[in-house]
Amino acid sequence: MLRRWVASIAAGTALLLALPAAAEVAVPPIAAHVTDLTGTLSGSQIQALESRLRDFERAKGSQLAVLLLPSTQPETIEQYSIRVAEAWKIGRARVDDGVILVIAKNDRKLRIEVGRGLEGAIPDALAKRIVSDVIAPRFKSVDFFGGVSAGCDALIKLIEGEALPPAPKSRQIDLRGIDFQTIFWFFVALVIGDAIFRRVFGRVTGAAVSGALVGAIVWFAVGVLAFAVIGSLIGFFITLINGMASRRGGWTSGGGWGGSGWSGGGFSGGGGGFSGGGGDFGGGGASGSW
Amino acid sequence: MRKIGSAFLVLAVTALAGCGYNDIQRSDEQVKSAWSEVLNQYQRRNDLVPNLVNTVKGFAAQEQQVLTQVTELRSKVGSIQATPELLNDPAAFRKFQEAQGQMSQALSRLLVVAENYPQLKSDANFRDLQAQLEGTENRIAVARNRYIKAVQEYNVLIRQFPVNLTAMMFSYQTKPNFAVEDEKAIAKPPTVDFGKK
Repeated sequence: MLRRWVASIAAGTALLLALPAAAEVAVPPIAAHVTDLTGTLSGSQIQALESRLRDFERAKGSQLAVLLLPSTQPETIEQYSIRVAEAWKIGRARVDDGVILVIAKNDRKLRIEVGRGLEGAIPDALAKRIVSDVIAPRFKSVDFFGGVSAGCDALIKLIEGEALPPAPKSRQIDLRGIDFQTIFWFFVALVIGDAIFRRVFGRVTGAAVSGALVGAIVWFAVGVLAFAVIGSLIGFFITLINGMASRRGGWTSGGGWGGSGWSGGGFSGGGGGFSGGGGDFGGGGASGSW
Repeated sequence: MRKIGSAFLVLAVTALAGCGYNDIQRSDEQVKSAWSEVLNQYQRRNDLVPNLVNTVKGFAAQEQQVLTQVTELRSKVGSIQATPELLNDPAAFRKFQEAQGQMSQALSRLLVVAENYPQLKSDANFRDLQAQLEGTENRIAVARNRYIKAVQEYNVLIRQFPVNLTAMMFSYQTKPNFAVEDEKAIAKPPTVDFGKK
């Protein structure tokens, strides 16, 4: 009796432990343009593809990524690849010019997932032709590198024909991100910092502390050092001037600007690393099998 | 005195934000934009239908039944006024869903029928249209998923305390989501009767 209980509990636990394994395949972290989880491509082949895609990104700005994995089961390749797209966010923010080539080797399925901004350059019909006329025949003859390489070439050719914003030279600063809430919180920080620190530390030191606080907030919100320094200086001077004014009985409530919310540009790819730039996908593209 | 006044103003604004009013606005807008995307993709599919029907007609004119069905459904779907206000009317929402679900089934039946015509299958025009239709169906699935997530977030938000009080005060109600039985109808593969041929 007892043995049966133990056995059934053990079986139940085993089932519970097995459940996550039966759930959907995890999306691998993005580290390079080419991610091969199947060990199909050789090191030099990956290098060749990687440098080709990196050069293309530098020249055109668009991001193209390749993912080879054993299987997407139990999901379909479409369900899996949109999850990859949502996790990686390939392509520039607001330009949405990313493309992901997903290959599920054991399922013998592949898909080209096209970012929203490229749905004009790579319409579904053309994506389908690349899948079934360019890549699938090469995969059929077990030439995986040839298929991926030719597929990338065809995609690059299509993207190059599209007029997109030029590739950024270095880190891009976007001035469109000034939002009300950021300004509001700087204002609050400034009023509070102004009132408390000036009283506790005196005029000049209080202004310095208040400035440092505002600078720190800008640093966290924006992440660009130059803006943090500017915000900090603005905070410092406003508190200082405010202190002088209040001594003369003038403007007491404090306020003004603590710097506004510039957000860092949505682009990465400097240095050796690779990550998505914030591009959006809507499910465009085509799938096929070989 | 003015200091107290400004402090009070700051407090009042923060309190309103704390009640979730801003969150409701953001979430509500997210649901609306997700819904627009769903409509957008359904419209895209509807726009593909005439071309598809004409191409199939060129090779398989004898398949009258399925062709007229698709055409009729297209005008039926088009006649439903799909405005954002539809979201606040569960009955209209269900009707819209039913019509689109029937359309999905009719289109997949059309593609199954097309399998019987090798000449049609190898026609470049038809292949492109088929790829576009597949892509659009996938976009619809993605848009629907995003809508489901947005509505879920919104409904959870306005049911939780204390946001539910704010929602009640400004009369924000839960929004309808895609029903499961309707999902089943769409996911059900079309039945192919080989005995007829």
